[in-house]
Amino acid sequence: MVGERIRAGLADYRTLAAAKLRSDWQYRAGFVAMFASTVLVTAMDFAGIAVVFTKTPELGGWTFRDVAFLYGVAGVSFGLADFLVGSVEQISPRVRTGVFDMLLIRPVNALVNLTASEFTFRRVGKVAQALVVLVVATAVADIEWTLGRILMLPLTIVSGTVIACATWVITASIAFFTVETQEIANTFTYGGDLATSYPLHIFESWLRVLVTYIVPLVFVSYLPALYILDLETPLALPSWLRFASPLAAVAMVVVARAVWRAGLRHYRSTGS
Amino acid sequence: MAGVVETRDLTKTFTVRAKAGRVRRERREVVAVAGIDLRISSGEMVGYIGPNGAGKSTTIKMMTGVLTPSAGTVRVLGLDPITSRVELVRRIGVVFGQRTQLWWDLPLRDSFDLLRAVYRIDPQRYHANLAAFVDLLDLGPMLDTPVRQLSLGQRMRGELTAALLHDPALVFLDEPTIGLDVVSKHAVRRFLAEMNRDHGTTVVLTTHDLADIEQLCERMVIIDHGRIVHDGPLEEFRIRHGTQRTVVVDLEVEGPPLQVPNTTVVRVDGARQWLSFDRTVTTAAAVVAAVVALRPIRDVAIEEPAVEELVRELYERGGGA
Repeated sequence: MVGERIRAGLADYRTLAAAKLRSDWQYRAGFVAMFASTVLVTAMDFAGIAVVFTKTPELGGWTFRDVAFLYGVAGVSFGLADFLVGSVEQISPRVRTGVFDMLLIRPVNALVNLTASEFTFRRVGKVAQALVVLVVATAVADIEWTLGRILMLPLTIVSGTVIACATWVITASIAFFTVETQEIANTFTYGGDLATSYPLHIFESWLRVLVTYIVPLVFVSYLPALYILDLETPLALPSWLRFASPLAAVAMVVVARAVWRAGLRHYRSTGS
Repeated sequence: MAGVVETRDLTKTFTVRAKAGRVRRERREVVAVAGIDLRISSGEMVGYIGPNGAGKSTTIKMMTGVLTPSAGTVRVLGLDPITSRVELVRRIGVVFGQRTQLWWDLPLRDSFDLLRAVYRIDPQRYHANLAAFVDLLDLGPMLDTPVRQLSLGQRMRGELTAALLHDPALVFLDEPTIGLDVVSKHAVRRFLAEMNRDHGTTVVLTTHDLADIEQLCERMVIIDHGRIVHDGPLEEFRIRHGTQRTVVVDLEVEGPPLQVPNTTVVRVDGARQWLSFDRTVTTAAAVVAAVVALRPIRDVAIEEPAVEELVRELYERGGGA
């Protein structure tokens, strides 16, 4: 029953996202320009980190290669999440104008309908850029590959993607209660990306607490990277946390599901 | 047999936060739908009308799983619209005339094909239905045109097809003829009548154009201030509320307003005079006879008030029947 619903949801997502892609392709020039600008902007993003390392050989004890690896892991996870459900941010105008109603009169899961209907292909540029960094960083990084570490890498990417997806769904759900969510969402979308691209222990403690316990972004890259790169952390964190990313992902999905449902219930009881 | 739509004491209240002072906001409860009991049987065509803000759309939204009722119950096709939303909307069709459910930048044909996938319509049935709709609504020439380039009338024909492709047992149409020209309106009405006759599709129609109701619906439900103020055949409404009639006479020669008992001259235009009377007080025959006794006449006609006029009067009286 649940498996069937997930299959139906994925099939609907494919159908609707493909339709959006075809729609966007009607405006080819704009499509190509937007795609190019996305690739350029994300490339600049990594250049920022490289610039930091022209001034210092290490950041919190991490080399440029280590941080590049960290950036790659975080970038691929956030990129994939952005690619798949990033368009959930489009909820705000839809709720404000009541167009959200139109999503509910279709026999499709409302979240699938929203994210797939607003699917934006150019976001793949971010995944591609991060993937290049990750592949290069993995190749040049000083990693002692064991079976555990080989398995840990894809598991980390999957968990990180799920955590990022859940984070966006949660922040977007706020739109059901108040329409001005864009700024709050951006804090996590782009701020989260930044926080996971640098070694956690270089940040102030309040930010560390925020991204560890409040919004568990630290599970996206930092903790599993400690294991894969075999690095010590100056933070007093229990060592099992390095393997806890899948658990964090499951927990985030549970929370996201509850928040989304509460939001939907609220929308349905207030109307547009 | 169970009703296709059954509501009992269906109620919806909204909490409105109004500004009261610089920062303070006041919460106020607004009753949009105030206890509606409605039962619609299979195969009915029901006109659901009311002035703006009467609660029409809110009722429809509660029936389609978009809004949760504050109190009371609603069952549509035997299902709870909120808990069984996906299952329900698979079996109903919805057209919100002011919003599109088509893919704006894609050819009309693509929208239909996408709906086939989303509603999991059997391919054979889909092709048969589409062929029938193309024929009935003359969609052929516009199938390959992007929706954004269609005229409003063309688009509405596309919307109707989109809402009916999956053979819904029940369709909700919110203002399906709004902004359409006479030809398109006629096409839409004829199509709905045929769907109802040939497939037994139950139709719930909200509209501001009462001609839609007069031509399509045997039953008219009027809602005002969230309550049903009339529910019954259109004819019954006319009889109950339309007691005023008018006799129009063309006199041989112009003259002052006629003095006929139980009538009022409401208008004079040259030799033509309009005499209004209450048919519960006197009859058209008596009025005509009285006129003939006074002055020679050339022609006579009796006017019934338009339903539109009656409904407007009902709204203005504030609904209380």
